[in-house]
Amino acid sequence: MSQRQLKINGEDKTVDVPDNMPLLWVLRDVLGMTGTKYGCGIAQCGACTVHLDGRAIRSCQMPVSAVGSRAITTIEGIGKTPTGARIQKAWLDEEVVQCGYCQSGQIMSASALLATTPKPDDADINAAMAGNICRCGTYVRIRAAIKRAAEGEQPT
Amino acid sequence: MNATFKDSIAEPSRRAFIKGGVAGGFLLAFHVPVFGGINEPNQPADDTNGKFAPNAFIRIDKAGKTTLVMPQVEMGQGVYTSVAMILAEELDADYSQVTLEHAPPNDKAYGNPTFGIQVTGNSNSIRAFWKPLRTAGASARAMLIQAAAKQWKVDPSGCAASDGKVTHGASNRTLSYAALADAASKETPPKDPPLKDPKQFKLIGKPQKRFDTPSKVDGSAVYGIDAMLPGMKFATIMASPVFGGKVSKVDDTAAKQIPGMQLVIALDDMVAVIGDHFWAAKSGLDALKITWDHGPNATVSNDAIWKHLRDESAKDGVIAKSVGDVKKAFESGEKFHAVYELPFLAHATMEPMNCTVQLKPDGGCEIWLGTQVISRVQQTVAKLLGVSDDKVIVHNHLIGGGFGRRLEPDMALKAVRVAQRLNGEPVKVVWSREEDMRQDVYRPVYRDEISATVSDGKIAGWRYKISGSSVIARWLPPAFQKGIDIDSIDCAVDQPYDFPNLEVQYMRVEPPAVPTGFWRGVGPNNNVFAIECFIDEVAKKLNKDPIAFRKSMLDKGPRFKAVLDLVAQKSAWGQPLGKRVGRGVCLQPAFGSFIATVIEAEVDEQGEVLLRKVNCAVDAGIVVNPDTVVAQLQGGIIFGLTAALYGEVTIDGGRVQQSNFHNYRMLRIDQIPSIDVHIVHSGEAPGGIGETGATAGPPALRNAIFAATGIPLRRLPIDLDVLAGRKQPWV
Repeated sequence: MSQRQLKINGEDKTVDVPDNMPLLWVLRDVLGMTGTKYGCGIAQCGACTVHLDGRAIRSCQMPVSAVGSRAITTIEGIGKTPTGARIQKAWLDEEVVQCGYCQSGQIMSASALLATTPKPDDADINAAMAGNICRCGTYVRIRAAIKRAAEGEQPT
Repeated sequence: MNATFKDSIAEPSRRAFIKGGVAGGFLLAFHVPVFGGINEPNQPADDTNGKFAPNAFIRIDKAGKTTLVMPQVEMGQGVYTSVAMILAEELDADYSQVTLEHAPPNDKAYGNPTFGIQVTGNSNSIRAFWKPLRTAGASARAMLIQAAAKQWKVDPSGCAASDGKVTHGASNRTLSYAALADAASKETPPKDPPLKDPKQFKLIGKPQKRFDTPSKVDGSAVYGIDAMLPGMKFATIMASPVFGGKVSKVDDTAAKQIPGMQLVIALDDMVAVIGDHFWAAKSGLDALKITWDHGPNATVSNDAIWKHLRDESAKDGVIAKSVGDVKKAFESGEKFHAVYELPFLAHATMEPMNCTVQLKPDGGCEIWLGTQVISRVQQTVAKLLGVSDDKVIVHNHLIGGGFGRRLEPDMALKAVRVAQRLNGEPVKVVWSREEDMRQDVYRPVYRDEISATVSDGKIAGWRYKISGSSVIARWLPPAFQKGIDIDSIDCAVDQPYDFPNLEVQYMRVEPPAVPTGFWRGVGPNNNVFAIECFIDEVAKKLNKDPIAFRKSMLDKGPRFKAVLDLVAQKSAWGQPLGKRVGRGVCLQPAFGSFIATVIEAEVDEQGEVLLRKVNCAVDAGIVVNPDTVVAQLQGGIIFGLTAALYGEVTIDGGRVQQSNFHNYRMLRIDQIPSIDVHIVHSGEAPGGIGETGATAGPPALRNAIFAATGIPLRRLPIDLDVLAGRKQPWV
């Protein structure tokens, strides 16, 4: 157990947790930030995806001691970034969501993709999103929403 | 689109609320659901003065707030939006201002008309509630009009309602529903309020944005697993990995060294670990040395389960349907015979099983979870605690995947048993993914045997026998009559084709040890798979085109013919394809909808299946929210294809061998083709849609593989070794 500082969505948080505790559970159970989801605990499903310095990582496999000074962004904060806001809007416009449980992770993976690859092609989308499982099968719309976000507002 | 809804989620966050030190679960629960609160249906907390609550579904207060109470639970299928649309349509509410609420447990007020209890399942939310909800809305509208007419001293027939207002055209006077709420509450509900002519619909049939989406893209949606209570403890559990086993001994020496691990609880059949957080609880559980008494199921294996099913299925079953003279029909014609087998499947909802419980000093408790059966949760927990039902308060939540898994109350019962070992502190019990996969109620193994005789190019005699577990017999015993499971044979007795002589038999065979449950698509999954695979095998032998052959037996099914024609056109049916590429069709009658699906797939030399294109034509009668129908079919087809390609739970030593997504695979985005859904416009009664895609996918893919390779697969999941020629097909 040790006290440590975390920078989450631009705010400084102090937590006192075991060094090997995955960031996922620090977020959910210690800080009460429940937007980040538990799905598998072994980095197979992507429901727990957050950003460290803008890069998508699986928080269920990230010991809190390994975060260091890197900035953590979660689903609660992603809307404050330009790409995150575009992705969220595209998700609404395409009506992507069904049960929604995986969508925090999907949106975090998609916004990280768009930040580094503003015009992703299908292969880019596959590479960035294949780690995120959606049991409801919203994949067709996830792809469409990423393309919509990349192209900006489409005429309707 | 919905200001009130926006307001409700813009309220202080739940965490801030907890930090503010407000104690008590009920108050907290007010912030748990996204839609503003769980209260008694006719007891709005904000304004009890002058409210108009004509029925269990509708409340209008003096400030004009219109609250619609959702009898069916939202698990991704879009039902909250569809239900709100139906109510608002007939109520002529200002749709942009309505607020939605989860219904509390109350079978009388919110029971599903099909089951008599509160159940969200069997794709029947819209089918079962179409009339009751329309009537509820129309009745309230009539009372509001009546109240306005009295106030103006005019004939009600000269008044009209729209957008939350009543207008008297002749005098050009208008009153809002808010202004009329008090007076309307004194009106008597009309006996048979007139329903709108569908031509007048303003909402129904017009695509509407879903109410639940905004909170699901910004992380603010609250699922059962997100419930947070002041002073809450976190727990995780492990039940005997061998079905029916017991805890013999628990060594917690190592677990005690885990920081944050608080308590190990050994119960008869499971062990729970309490911690400061899930991580401490899970690490503690992993560090335990548990000795199990495996009991009599320790030797149950997959082979034994299949041998049992095959042996039992050879016996005579119960005749579920008989048409014409089957015996005579089989005296002539060309004979066909095939057997199809389907494996156990896990639900693998993305939100693992969980339940939060706080025991109360009065012997009852308060529960937070997402469930498809809220009243059953209440009743089974009350029975466990030995209290009356009203002592158990259940707060329902948005569901992170149901698929039938949350038709069971087991996660609530287990959590309550853990809470009973604490000192009244609230406890959130979250299952690990491994526990979720190993303690499921599994889609049963099925064995479906079909024989047919063909005369003059048509099927003249048809014998179909379904053998498998009866989930109904356990889950809804009164519906299990005369040895017949109405779910397992659903689309065997209600099948599309003009078979002049037909016999359907059902043989109940319970697998040793393994608990079985409903799984998205339910009984029709096995029926439609067997029938549609068999039809393709007969068509091929007769050298007939699969769609043309189907149409030749659909003289009494114009809606089936129409969806087949549409999907044939959209899928370029009959156009040449490359080597090892094929198209497969599936026609299905299930859940009151008429659906034809064509999948185009390629099988490479290694047996890998590449999904190239999916087209689906659907006649679901009157459609409430068209985009929901499209979304449910797109997603449901992927759900079904996932099972066809990968889904299989196997048993060894009395335990499930799969544990997580690495060995219970899911389709991922890089494998998904375009999926185009084409809606046939119809004025018929609404059909069900949530389960249909799961049923459609597997036979269409299997038939595409049959067309591509000539291999008639008769077992699922699809065996790549067979497709690569490394193994003989199972027959």
